[in-house]
Amino acid sequence: MARLRTRGHKVVLNRSAGGDTGITILLVLLGAFMFLPMLYVVMQSLKPLDELWMFPPRFYVVKPTFKNFKDLFTLMNDSWVPFSRYIFNTVFISVVGTAGHLFFASLAAYAFAKINFPGGKLMFKTIRTSLMFHATVTGLVNFIIMSWLGWVDTYAAVIIPGFASTLGLYLMKQFMETNVSGAVLESARLDGAHELKIFWTIAMPMVKPAWLTLIIYRFKDLWNEGASIYIHSEQLKTFNYAIGQITAGGIKRAGAGAASTVVMMMVPILVFVISQSNIIETMGSSGMKD
Amino acid sequence: MSKTAAPKAVSRKDMTRAQWTWKEMKRNKVAYLMVAPYVLLFTIFTVIPVVFSIFLSFTEFNLLEPPTFLFLDNYIRLFLDDDIFMIAVQNTMVFAVIVGPVSYIMALMVAWFINELPPKIRAVVTLIFYAPSISGNVYLIWKTLFSGDSYGWVNGTLLKLGIITTEIQFFEDADWVMPLCIVVALWTSLGTAFLSFIAGLQGIDRSMYEAAAVDGIRNRWQELWYVTLPSMKPQLMFGAIMQITSCFGFGGVVTNLCGFPSVDYAAHTIMHHLDDYGSTRFEVGYASAIAVVLFAIMIGANFLVKKILSKVGQ
Repeated sequence: MARLRTRGHKVVLNRSAGGDTGITILLVLLGAFMFLPMLYVVMQSLKPLDELWMFPPRFYVVKPTFKNFKDLFTLMNDSWVPFSRYIFNTVFISVVGTAGHLFFASLAAYAFAKINFPGGKLMFKTIRTSLMFHATVTGLVNFIIMSWLGWVDTYAAVIIPGFASTLGLYLMKQFMETNVSGAVLESARLDGAHELKIFWTIAMPMVKPAWLTLIIYRFKDLWNEGASIYIHSEQLKTFNYAIGQITAGGIKRAGAGAASTVVMMMVPILVFVISQSNIIETMGSSGMKD
Repeated sequence: MSKTAAPKAVSRKDMTRAQWTWKEMKRNKVAYLMVAPYVLLFTIFTVIPVVFSIFLSFTEFNLLEPPTFLFLDNYIRLFLDDDIFMIAVQNTMVFAVIVGPVSYIMALMVAWFINELPPKIRAVVTLIFYAPSISGNVYLIWKTLFSGDSYGWVNGTLLKLGIITTEIQFFEDADWVMPLCIVVALWTSLGTAFLSFIAGLQGIDRSMYEAAAVDGIRNRWQELWYVTLPSMKPQLMFGAIMQITSCFGFGGVVTNLCGFPSVDYAAHTIMHHLDDYGSTRFEVGYASAIAVVLFAIMIGANFLVKKILSKVGQ
């Protein structure tokens, strides 16, 4: 038997100084690869015009300015459709899409996780299979279905299919399986409580981290939703699309473009910062056992 | 209600299988009601499209006239008569074979490296690695960094150092397009799988490591292989599925970086081919055949990976 080294009362695990150093160096290199481009986005947004277009280009900014952000807001105010309309669209789509997804996916997840009914396992496995392929595969026929339903160029086309997004249902079902105690549900059932009431008043309050995870995943996708192929009307387009359009106009708008990228990326990042611990908690039960 | 909760369930022996199932179904009406909205939407927007795509792949269909049946003609044309599709398959494979495993191992290794950091520092490092994958189209910064004029940071720096004398047209040069797309794909690849790995590692009971140390595990690599990875197998499987799906779905990013079609079809993937025939040429039958092939490749990749993962820790 190997001799067990201890420090204090804790067992010292197998760690070598060489390994620690190697891992640290690798981690720093990978971290630089991930972080520097993000930093460059922020640098670009703070550069005055002469620093954006200088040779040789400089990575960092010398005289930071918020002029690019001001330009961005000026451009927004000049747009043909009032900018508030784009913001409204994004907020509307995000809120309704997220709420609907959370409700329908949780309802189904509860039944799959906590009720043993004929066909339930088969249905869940079928749904889970769709995690294995990308939505491009179904995009073409989806477009045909949308036209049959008459949903092309309506909010419904962007909002409703997302209610049945698979990842949310999957994460919620897994989380409920591990975190909602069967004994509590059983005693509520014996007391004669209706299943829907048990779902809403007992199960749902027990899975708050999963709620938050579903909200954030859905919100992130809807926020990043750019030019949907289903939407033609300018009045229905999103903030993301509009901001891309006004900053696509060449050299003069490069600064505003960089500013818009910063605005667009800050929102999901902030949301993640706030909710990180809940998301990680939810991911704890994300594993696939069979 | 679950089976155990039913106080006076008739013994299963007294009934045929069908009778039993029917009784269970009636008893669990509410469960069907609860899954109904989700299942209905899932059927309309996922099941029907998959089934209908398979059907359409055997037909010629232009959206206006009813489809005419062709049997295997679309597939024969695809594999024997479409050189660009072959380029697309090749590119997709190169892309998937590099990005898939590298991003997977990177996600796992980074999660493992940061696992023993103090929680606050770990949260910051997690954010740094995760941010590129959630920030929408922030990946376009690579276009600025590798811009084809001397104001692009890479070209400008190389020119200043005298390594090159004229600018490299990175995103219009067939030799550069694919490697750059792979780098950008890796940059945005630490997503859901990465978070799942972090959570999986956190969930492993520390006493298992102590027991392993007693049993003669000598270094951190043995510990990783014999203790850590086997304990987080479910997360490894889930992460693999997430990585496979996202690396096959990278076409939109490629289009935004290299334009469509990319120079000499150097970054033309199956997804682009599908898009080309589906939404530009409206050859829906042919496009469906492409979609079915892509679908088969993705499902196949998942089963292959599942096989490989079952060897972990042995």
